[in-house]
Amino acid sequence: MSQPLIAVEKVSKSFGGVRANSAVSITVEEGKITGLIGPNGSGKTTLFNSIVGYHPIDSGSIKFEGREISKLLVPQIARLGLLRTFQQTRIYAEMDCVQNMLISVPHRNATLTDMFRAYPAELQDEAEHLLEFVGLYQKRHLISGDLSFGQQKLLEFAMALMNKPKVLLLDEPTAGINPTLINGLIDRLKRANQEFGITLFVIEHNMRVVMNLAENIYCLAHGELLAEGHPEEIQNDQRVIDAYLGAH
Amino acid sequence: MTGDNTLHGPARTGGDGVPRRKIAINADTTPWYIYAAIIIFGVAAPFIFPAYTTQIALLWLMILFALTWDICGGQMGYNSLGNIFFFGAGMYISAVIQVGMFTDVGTYTSARGGEQLVLDYGDYFFSLFVGTIAAAIGCVVLAIVLGRIVFGLRGPYFAIGTLGLALAARELAGTWEWIGGGSGIAMPVYPGQPHEKSVVFYILFLLLAVLTFVFVRWLYATRFGLAINAIRDDEGKAEAMGIHTLRHKLVAWSSAAFLLGMSGAIFGNLTGFIEPLEVAFPAATFGIFMVVMALLGGKGTLWGPVIGATLFHIVKEVTWTYLLGWQWVALGLLIVINVVFFQEGIMGWMQRKWPERFGITVDQRVSADKAGEEASR
Repeated sequence: MSQPLIAVEKVSKSFGGVRANSAVSITVEEGKITGLIGPNGSGKTTLFNSIVGYHPIDSGSIKFEGREISKLLVPQIARLGLLRTFQQTRIYAEMDCVQNMLISVPHRNATLTDMFRAYPAELQDEAEHLLEFVGLYQKRHLISGDLSFGQQKLLEFAMALMNKPKVLLLDEPTAGINPTLINGLIDRLKRANQEFGITLFVIEHNMRVVMNLAENIYCLAHGELLAEGHPEEIQNDQRVIDAYLGAH
Repeated sequence: MTGDNTLHGPARTGGDGVPRRKIAINADTTPWYIYAAIIIFGVAAPFIFPAYTTQIALLWLMILFALTWDICGGQMGYNSLGNIFFFGAGMYISAVIQVGMFTDVGTYTSARGGEQLVLDYGDYFFSLFVGTIAAAIGCVVLAIVLGRIVFGLRGPYFAIGTLGLALAARELAGTWEWIGGGSGIAMPVYPGQPHEKSVVFYILFLLLAVLTFVFVRWLYATRFGLAINAIRDDEGKAEAMGIHTLRHKLVAWSSAAFLLGMSGAIFGNLTGFIEPLEVAFPAATFGIFMVVMALLGGKGTLWGPVIGATLFHIVKEVTWTYLLGWQWVALGLLIVINVVFFQEGIMGWMQRKWPERFGITVDQRVSADKAGEEASR
């Protein structure tokens, strides 16, 4: 692998006097699952927002497939194939599940006349297949706002897969999900990575999940990069343990 | 996957009974006899109620108003208070083009109505046709240019921004002497009898309303329909999914502008005299009516604006006839009842009451789960 898929270099971002990220450098390798952990308020979501273009960064550089993307707008970055899901799950609440899926098709090469075309029947098959993959096939004609929070989270994940991204940034995919469903979700995340070839970059608070899932983990604390390594290295890193127990 | 089934039980909507079909987004399930009844009424009305031809012509205009407002307001979640701008702009564009085809506009307007443009049938309808097309195209250009500014605004700011646009246009038209300023501009005189004129314009408004309905019915069934629904539900999410949000918003507003521009051109010719406050930019009457009608019938639905416009127009005409002096009170009461008790409008209320008739699937168990989840938070 010559270049990483995402290369974040010395990115800093402040909100007023709060330094949310200071000189953070991370890389996400293509085809792998990378984890991002850290105590509350350590700047994980800020880093995600910087990558996908929600706010301009103060300094540093963010490259996607070798291309500088820190000046691009949110939809432009999404169309490159760099997609994120939200910590507070966001779906189109007044549309049914299949409609949510259909509108999530990639818009990479959408021309002006494409918007007036109908959906070919194969797309419905694809949508239903992915809904089955996340376990929502039975509920595919329900208005998505009526689903439970955990089901909405699964729908959001399926919508992201429908978009065929190259890399998917998941902000706490298991937060608020029934513990009995978490194992199923981990399994689906791994299958998305292996079968669909989607690179994953995951923020996760649940240590069992992230240790199980990620091949490489970054730990942030107070907006700075604290540690990087394989799950076992991170688990045994005294600085990480201190950060979580509040010794900082 | 089986895990889900045991958790929530098999959903009532099991896939097995649903036949495979081509993808129909926002499919229109209206029975054919409703369309037939409307068309028969539309064609027969001027013969059955000859005294009310113009009132019924205005009903078609009201339906067009509500349907075009609903493209942005209902389906896309952008509540414009300034769509009347395109009505007036279209009216003025057609006036300038139609007068300019036969005489100098500046000289004509400076005569302050002392000059009349009398044309024969051929010239009249040709100028009406050219003026209407020009109004439609001109309004699309205006929508694309101004849309780039106002679509930077969200929520109430968009509503106020568009209202400001309509009011600014009204003031501008009132001071621009070349187009007649505050004293207005007289349209070419219809060459035939008054009754014949009212029937001709009745047909034009009927055709325009049918065109509008057929257009939005098709529009909501394409990808475009889903995309503007997505913008309505969560625009930030739509952006994060890579949807060309500005492109969709501009097309939605331009579509409304195209139809409103044409309706303005035809209304101007029906009235025969254009002035900025009451005829071209009546922001406080037509401008508000289009919002109220869509809300009354149920915004974001295909039929809601049609039902709302019809009910509103009937109430308005009846109160103007039998409750003169109290007509605004009656209309105000209707609006209050609507926004306090029927926020989702007539169609929205019916869809909630009988969801299966509208092809909406409701899973009681899921709703119960959701309610429990929210209660336990």
